[in-house]
Amino acid sequence: MATLTMRQAISQALWEEMERDPQVFILGEEVGVWGGSYAVTKGFYDHFGAERVMDTPISEAAIIGAAIGAALTGTRPVAELMTINFAFSAMDHIVNEAAKMHYMFNGQMVLPLVIRTVGGGGRQLGATHSQTPDAIFAHFPGLKVVSPGTPADAKGLLKAAIRSNDPVLFIEHATLYQVRGEVPDGDYIVPIGKSTIQRPGEHVTIVTYSKMLELSLKAAELLAKDGIQAEIVDLRTLRPLDMEPVIESFKKTNRAVIVEEGWKSYGVGSEITARIYEEAFDYVDAPIKRVAQKEVPLPYNSTLEQMALPQIADIIQAVKEVM
Amino acid sequence: MEKSEHLDLYQQMVVIRILEERAAELYQQGKIGGFLHLYIGQEAVSTGLISARKPQDRVITAYRDHGVAINCGLSANGVMAELMGKATGVSGGKGGSMHMADVNKNFWGGHAIVGAHLPIAAGLALGDVYQKQDGVTICMFGDGATNIGYFHEALNLSKVWNLPVLWVCENNQYGMGTAVERASAVSDIQQKAIGYGMKNSEVDGMDIMKVREKALGMIEEIRSGSGPQFLEVITYRFMGHSMGDPERYRHRDEIRKWQENDPIGIYHKYLVENKIASEEDLNKQDQRANKIVEEAVQFAESSPEPAADELYKNIFFEDVRS
Repeated sequence: MATLTMRQAISQALWEEMERDPQVFILGEEVGVWGGSYAVTKGFYDHFGAERVMDTPISEAAIIGAAIGAALTGTRPVAELMTINFAFSAMDHIVNEAAKMHYMFNGQMVLPLVIRTVGGGGRQLGATHSQTPDAIFAHFPGLKVVSPGTPADAKGLLKAAIRSNDPVLFIEHATLYQVRGEVPDGDYIVPIGKSTIQRPGEHVTIVTYSKMLELSLKAAELLAKDGIQAEIVDLRTLRPLDMEPVIESFKKTNRAVIVEEGWKSYGVGSEITARIYEEAFDYVDAPIKRVAQKEVPLPYNSTLEQMALPQIADIIQAVKEVM
Repeated sequence: MEKSEHLDLYQQMVVIRILEERAAELYQQGKIGGFLHLYIGQEAVSTGLISARKPQDRVITAYRDHGVAINCGLSANGVMAELMGKATGVSGGKGGSMHMADVNKNFWGGHAIVGAHLPIAAGLALGDVYQKQDGVTICMFGDGATNIGYFHEALNLSKVWNLPVLWVCENNQYGMGTAVERASAVSDIQQKAIGYGMKNSEVDGMDIMKVREKALGMIEEIRSGSGPQFLEVITYRFMGHSMGDPERYRHRDEIRKWQENDPIGIYHKYLVENKIASEEDLNKQDQRANKIVEEAVQFAESSPEPAADELYKNIFFEDVRS
C-alpha cells in the first residue's frame, strides 16, 4: 500500500500495463512531448518512446477511429480525449462504431480499446468545457462506462479496462486528480461492473460515483452528527450497471438519495431511481430524491457555477427530506 | 496473368452482377429487408482492386459492400443469407446488407455511416505498423464521403503518421442523388489529396485491367514505404442509390451512355479480342456464376432464422448482460 494521488494512481496503472504488455500503447492530444494535459502521462514519452506514446493532431474522430482500427488488429490502444466535452466530436466513433461492431458483425470483431477522458465542472471553464455527460454514453449497449471516485479504484479499474476485450470509456474527474488515498501496489484489479459500499450505514442509502462520492462522504460525516447513518454505494461502473449492492442497501434503509454531477433530466439518478422502484417497490418508505446539477449550461462566474453544481448542503437537505 | 486467373476475375464480376439482380428481386418480394444498395455497374472497381492485394492486405469499405465481400472471398451463400437475415449469414443475420465482414478473409466491413470507416482504416494500418507487419490497408469510399470531416481527419492523420493506406474513392458521380459538382468544391476529387501532400492518381473504373494495374503499382509502392496514396476511380452505378430511388436527379440517356461501357462487357471483349478466353469459356463462366447465385438463394432461403438467444449474444466480448 502506498498513499497516492488519483493522478499518480492512474499514471501507475498505465505505466505498469505498458510495461507488462507491449501491445498497449497511448495515443491522444499532447500525451507525449507535453506529458498529458493533466500530466497523467508525464515521463511516458521519454521512457516508452514515440511509437508507444503517440501525439495526435487535434482530430477527435481520427483519434478514436484509429484506436478502433488498431484495436481490431490485436493491439490494445489507450486513447486519450483531452476532455469528455471533446468526445462529442468523436461521438460517432464511440457510440456508432466502437459500441456496435462486436455485436453487429456477430462477434468477429474484438475491440480491446480504452478511451480515457476527463469530465466535470468546478474550474470556471465555462459551459463548453465543464460537462458531465456520462449518462449519454452509458445509454448505449456495447460500451462499458467506468468512472472511479478513489485512487485505488482508479488504478484497479484502469488496469481492468486495459485488459478488457471490450471498448471502455474511462471517465476521470478534473478536480479529483489531487485527491489522495491508499492504493495497493502492483497488479491490483478492480472488476468492471461492480458497485461497492464506500461507507456502511443503516438509515439511508446514498447512491453516487466519481466526484460526488467525495461530497457524499463529507455529507455523511455531517449527517452522522445528527444521528443519521448514511450508507454510500459507489457505482464505479455505469454500464454494465451493478444494482445488487444498491438494492441490498435499499432493502435495509428503505430510503435513498441519488447524487450525480450531471443534469437531473434523463440522468444517472433517473435510471437508479426507476430501477429501485422496479426492483424494490415494496421496500419504499419515502419518495426517492435526486441531487444533480441545475438545468443550465454551466456559467463561468464562480458563484454562479457553484450555485449550479451539487453541494454538500444539497445532499444533506435531500437526505433530511427522505428521513 | 494466367488464363485461369482471368476466368476467375470474370466470374467474380458476373457473380456480383447476378447476385445483385437476384437481391433486387428478393427485395421486391419482401425477402430482404432494410436498405439495399446495389453494386451493379461498379464491379470492375472492387474486382480489379482486390485482385491486386496480398492476403495480408486489409480491405474496408462503406455500405455498398456485397461486391467487395464476394471479391474478398466471402461465399455467395453467406452474403445472400446475410441479406435475408439468416443465422448462416456472414454476420449471423445481425448486420444485414450494409454490415458484412469476415475478418479471417481480411475484410473489415461493411460500414454504414458515410466516411466513418476512414479513421478506422487509418487505425488498421496503424496496427500493422505497430506490429511490424507489411500489410497495406485498402479503404474504399464514395465521392460523397470526401465532403465529410472524417475524410479529412483520416487523410491528414495517415500522412502525418505515414500509414500504409491506399485510399480509394469510387466516384460514381452521385452522393445519393446529389451530383459531385453540386456537393464538392472540387469535382476533380483526387485534388483533395494534394492538400495532404499525398501522391494521387485517377483511373477508369469501368476497365478492370486498368484498375488492377494501377492498384498493383500503388499497393507495392505503399508496401515499400511511400506512405498513403490516393486513387480516384471513375465509375457509375447503373441502379438507383438504393431500392426505391425515384431517380429524379439524372436522365435515362446518361445511364444508357454509361451502360454502353458495361464493365463486364468491356472485360468480356478484352478477353476475347486478346484471345485469352473464347466465347465458350466465358459462357461457361456465366453459367457457373448463375449456378453459384441460384444455390446461394436456395441456401439462404432454406437456412434457419437466428435463434432467439442470439439477441443477447456478443453485446460484449466478456459474457455480461449490458
